[in-house]
Amino acid sequence: MGDLAIRVENLSKLYRIGLARSRRDTFADFGSKISKFIHRPTASKLTTRNSNSDIFWALKDVSFEVKRGQVIGIIGPNGAGKSTLLKILARITEPTTGRAEIHGRVGSLLEVGTGFHPELTGRENIYLNGAILGMKRVEIRRKFDEIVAFADIDRFLETPVKRYSSGMYVRLAFAVAAHLEPEVLIVDEVLSVGDGSFQRKCLSKMEDVGKQGRTVLFVSHSMPAITRLCDRAILLNEGGVTREGPSHFVVSSYLASVRGTTSVREWTDPEKAPGGEVACLRAVRVREQNGQIADTIDIRKPVSVEMEYDVIKPGYKLLAHLQFYNEEGVHAFSAHDLDPDWRRRPRPAGRYVSTVQIPGNFLSEGTMFVGAGLQTLDPVIVQVYMLDLVAFRVTEKMNTDSARGDYAGKMGGIVRPLLKWSTQFNPHSKLGNR
Amino acid sequence: MSTKTNISSQVSDSLIERTVNAPITVVQPSKGFFHLDLPAIWHYRELLYFLVWRGIKTRYKQTVLGIGWAIIQPLMMMVIFTIVFSMFAKLPSDGVPYPIFTYAALLPWTYFSEAIRRGSVSVVNDANLVQKIYFPRVMLPISGVLTPFVDIVPAFGILLGMMVWYGLTPSWSIFVLPAFFILAFLTALSVSLWLSALNVRYRDVQHIVPFLVQLWLYASPVVYPISLVPEGWRVLYGLNPMAGVIEGFRWVLLGTGGPDYAVMAVSASMVLVLLMGGLIYFTRMERIFADVI
Repeated sequence: MGDLAIRVENLSKLYRIGLARSRRDTFADFGSKISKFIHRPTASKLTTRNSNSDIFWALKDVSFEVKRGQVIGIIGPNGAGKSTLLKILARITEPTTGRAEIHGRVGSLLEVGTGFHPELTGRENIYLNGAILGMKRVEIRRKFDEIVAFADIDRFLETPVKRYSSGMYVRLAFAVAAHLEPEVLIVDEVLSVGDGSFQRKCLSKMEDVGKQGRTVLFVSHSMPAITRLCDRAILLNEGGVTREGPSHFVVSSYLASVRGTTSVREWTDPEKAPGGEVACLRAVRVREQNGQIADTIDIRKPVSVEMEYDVIKPGYKLLAHLQFYNEEGVHAFSAHDLDPDWRRRPRPAGRYVSTVQIPGNFLSEGTMFVGAGLQTLDPVIVQVYMLDLVAFRVTEKMNTDSARGDYAGKMGGIVRPLLKWSTQFNPHSKLGNR
Repeated sequence: MSTKTNISSQVSDSLIERTVNAPITVVQPSKGFFHLDLPAIWHYRELLYFLVWRGIKTRYKQTVLGIGWAIIQPLMMMVIFTIVFSMFAKLPSDGVPYPIFTYAALLPWTYFSEAIRRGSVSVVNDANLVQKIYFPRVMLPISGVLTPFVDIVPAFGILLGMMVWYGLTPSWSIFVLPAFFILAFLTALSVSLWLSALNVRYRDVQHIVPFLVQLWLYASPVVYPISLVPEGWRVLYGLNPMAGVIEGFRWVLLGTGGPDYAVMAVSASMVLVLLMGGLIYFTRMERIFADVI
């Protein structure tokens, strides 16, 4: 019992939609409500309030428990209720029914830079934002230098924030928020701001928070971030919990449910296919050695990933590439299409299928997430760049001729190549006699 | 699944200790008619300080006249009123020169109108805070109503200057002046509680407020003395809490009128009723602010 950080019991949230909410209420509506109230006994046509199309359950009977020190990810498609759940736990909105208990001080990060005032300086905004997030003045003063160092805005402390670049703004906002020290931290997708290096900084800060033993509830659309940071995950869909368990398991379930199988992503409608003026992506597929679509690959066997794309505007040189991430969110490698047939040739219009072969005994065990990109060369214009398109699991059976050999323990590493070793042996050599 | 090792057992021990001793927050649908979470308000008192500080700091940023605006408004109004109501309309002024007569009323009045202006839009203006952060929402109208107090200081300085100019010295009753400031504050607060909560739902409110303030000006004894109001009507007139406030200011500073205890009693009771009602309405509406804003 002293172990529990969060307990959620049958939490539900109802929203009224439709005409009742489509326009801001004015006194005219207020007046008509009054007259409806007065006329209620006699009127029979006032029932639109109760029809089903008017109500929408953002959350329905959500229950789960989080133990102290766990880092829990919440994933799900848009509209599943993730943000609503966080809002309720952060006490911003009330549940319609149900109950939640949180043990410890709660810090919620639903957005970075909430309450920043553009006319105030960086220094002033640190204090303001910190106070808004719930820090006491003494606490802010104590952490002030750390915050400034993390945000790297030492020279601009006395400038009004409206003069900051968007990067500086976001760094400062996150720096303040990162120094919140509640026992329970609720975070909503705030890592999807800023550039790549900043995102990495945020991710590792989040990791530290988890390692310090705080309980964290983390909503994200980035599957690698979820698998990297979270022990367990909860999958929400249409207001209810559909999966709960170790994060890899839940993430694969989610990817599988979204796409039928995790290892194929297709865009059959050319209107919806992602791309630019020159080329668009139509499909990405994972195949095993015999050419069949597969989502689980034996670690010893080769795997191929194909990209199917259309060139709409001919005459451009194109670079197709795939990005491979492991389940920790680490970028394992990129594969650039250097096929000599097409490498520097301006492409005619048409449908292309480019396939990369990854040899067996190269990848490590676990889930690989694959992203794809297309860009023109001379000039470089990115047509497509999307991560987390397909995923496949690399598995290993015991007692096989893989790089593991006879070792039964855990083998780490981003790749697991089978490499050639050679040893020289001299039976007659004695110590000291070379 | 990667294992997470605690960086420092000292850190996590204190964390454990804090969690075990820490408050338990229960999130559930509000029951009951009305609930004012005083412990939470106390806990977030520093936020109130920062909200007021923010209001004061940003008030005059990038303006040339800065705090001069705090003086110009009541002074200009005094000049116009003197010309129109004293010179043209020849309204009486309880035995003191009209300019100071009206200025003594303008001092609390400009505070009040500014406080209402800010207080009524306080929740809506910070809609992004309401949607993203938890804190007792009542902080917003309170900070809106507290901020204009900073303008009183220079305006009061001018008043003292005028009193010296006209040779008026205040009596011992000046020590009661803070009570009237508090009354003005409570009036502004109670009206703002109602208006800010209504404004979240019905945005007409913020458009009505300037008009409301204009009407209220003439319903208050700013340009005319309360002695102009017929005897029988006077108690009814006292239902306007600002009547009590302004009479009080004039009495303390200029020695005119009252104290008309009947009017002040009615005003004070009115404020209490409005305040209680405002708190109830606000805290009830607070539950749906984030959903409706």
